Amino acid sequence: MTPLRRDRRGISPSTFLVSPPVDLFEHQGKELFARFGLPVPSGEVALSPEEAVAAAARIGLPVVVKAQVHTGGRGKAGGVKLAADLDEVRSHAADILGLDISGHIVRRLWIEEASDIAEEYYASFTLDRSARQHLGMLSAEGGVDIETVAARDPGAIARIHIDPTDGLSQQACRQWVQAARIPEAVAGAVADALATLYRAYVDADADLVEVNPLIVTSAGDVVLLDSKVTLDANSTFRHDDYAQYDATQTRDEREQAAHAKGLQYVGLEGSVGVIANGAGLAMSTVDVVNQVGGRPANFLDIGGGANAEVMSNALEVINNDPAVRSILINIFGGITRGEEIANGIVEATGRVAIDSPIVIRLDGTNAAEGRELLEPHLSDALMMEPTMLDAARRAVALAGAGGSQP
Amino acid sequence: MSIFVDGSTRVVYQGLTGSQGRYYGLLNRDYGTQVVAGTNPRKAGTDVDGIPIFATVAEAAAATGATASCVFIPAPGVRGAVLEAAEAQMELVVVITEGVPAHDEAFLFNKLRRDHPGVRLLGPNCPGIITPGQCNIGITAGHIAKPGGPVGIVSRSGTLTYQALYELQQQDIGVTTCVGIGGDPVPGTSFIDCLAAFEADDETRAVMMIGEIGGSAEEEAAEFIAEHMTKPVAAYIAGVTAPPGKKMGHAGAIVSGGKGTAAAKMEALAAAGARVGQNPTEAGDLMVEIVASL
Repeated sequence: MTPLRRDRRGISPSTFLVSPPVDLFEHQGKELFARFGLPVPSGEVALSPEEAVAAAARIGLPVVVKAQVHTGGRGKAGGVKLAADLDEVRSHAADILGLDISGHIVRRLWIEEASDIAEEYYASFTLDRSARQHLGMLSAEGGVDIETVAARDPGAIARIHIDPTDGLSQQACRQWVQAARIPEAVAGAVADALATLYRAYVDADADLVEVNPLIVTSAGDVVLLDSKVTLDANSTFRHDDYAQYDATQTRDEREQAAHAKGLQYVGLEGSVGVIANGAGLAMSTVDVVNQVGGRPANFLDIGGGANAEVMSNALEVINNDPAVRSILINIFGGITRGEEIANGIVEATGRVAIDSPIVIRLDGTNAAEGRELLEPHLSDALMMEPTMLDAARRAVALAGAGGSQP
Repeated sequence: MSIFVDGSTRVVYQGLTGSQGRYYGLLNRDYGTQVVAGTNPRKAGTDVDGIPIFATVAEAAAATGATASCVFIPAPGVRGAVLEAAEAQMELVVVITEGVPAHDEAFLFNKLRRDHPGVRLLGPNCPGIITPGQCNIGITAGHIAKPGGPVGIVSRSGTLTYQALYELQQQDIGVTTCVGIGGDPVPGTSFIDCLAAFEADDETRAVMMIGEIGGSAEEEAAEFIAEHMTKPVAAYIAGVTAPPGKKMGHAGAIVSGGKGTAAAKMEALAAAGARVGQNPTEAGDLMVEIVASL
């Protein structure tokens, strides 16, 4: 059975798969589009210059050698290059592999047949949380950063709100294409592509599908030349194929390890390890560490309770981060009583050899009883403070110079 | 008085026969909530500790007079469970389950608005709602809340809500109703829904609001506060130092494209006349000051 919430009664947290967003590489997005019958250029993945050359030979020249990374600005960074012959394919592939694009190292290439571009448009679908409906955006000015277009000429972007119970009607789609000033000659073909793209967005449970550029070739064909797709990880229960994307997510090693243990973890840059129960309290703890002049090493939410198993897992993940100099455990007991939490912490610290001193703040239901249980275990390695602020100050002081803000 | 639930609210638990549904359903009953029925199509005719199980919400409502439902169904079944409750004309549907796809949430919100305007959906991924001393639906620890008033609480975060309830209790301040709207992208009930209900509730004389990064719900709430609220509001926003592009636990808590930052939300709320604390303790202290001056 799928657990309803993390770390509740009778549920082992290790059985729960925590869900960070799923970002697709350009080629994965295009493969997804192709499954819906959308027109995308043919291409192949290559992990080395040799594979790139072999792929180009099969596809036919000229080809475009494209870096596959989960970030934008590839073109400007030299991550997208046209190759007219196989020597160029080899040298471009060698140049692009290993390139650092905004902190993302290129390890994978997409070798794609070159397209003959006559027109470049922009199209996307996402959820407008404020309107609580899906939002489609379309512009005849594609191929450039859409934020720039929005800043220069907001009227150049046509927006359409789509009620998920109605979907995108053909008529609404036509009007939308017209509002975006798409030339009459291709309006029908663009509208058809957008209707299918919307279906892909809905059927795939995507948070975002963005195509920039959506092109028209000189022959008049509509082609989706790029893709940016983010899937909703909460929907994996109805998409068995999403497991394939797990291996290609860009996460730091700490996040990967925490993910495997079913923990909600986000790696940060500092030296104060943070463990809290509840996303809000964990966020708040990170804030307070910063407010008292420290730098948190992470955000880690262990969920509603705080039993020994989940606490040991959390401590292990934090302990494996070499930047950590002190650990702040901030737990508020609701239904889970202070004694249970205290026992969990004592048991966990007994199981895992921790390199950094731990400061605990325990409050809420039966906090006094919990603190009494912790009392005999207190030492230079395990400390307790009555409030969140006091605990944060002490953890920051223990982290020393490395934990302070510059 | 209170908002949305009180001692007369009769609740059916969808998923009462599951381990978590049973655990919290019985805790809620022990608190005093009228837990009148459970549903499970395969276990109709049985009972959970004396609470009768029906095949459907409609049957449970017909037999017991239930007017609210609480959903403890795994994420894949939430869409169907909420529609079933809405079709059975429940006035309030509280969904505790986390991990519901955003597309399902958007669908449910629009479907209910169009076809079942009388149904209030709370959640998904929320701790529930408590009118202390009368009715507790969900996973909030009831004993950390002092009954009475004058404070109403609305929050996107579970543990921060508990913390607020507890700090007010320590100061001997009562709470009319505490609503956890949940941290997902499309919550069924918004800050504004709760602020409007608290503004209209005689017994509530001040409101504590706990928000977090992501989306623009707090900014929209600030607009509402400026235009419609006569009662004082104390607020706290979690995630001041959250880095852009990282989901902080909740599916909805993400700063993207420079939007949804805590700073912008705090600024909007302060400009609307709310008193904004830098951390939960400070916000609690502000509420104590507000209550003292009422």
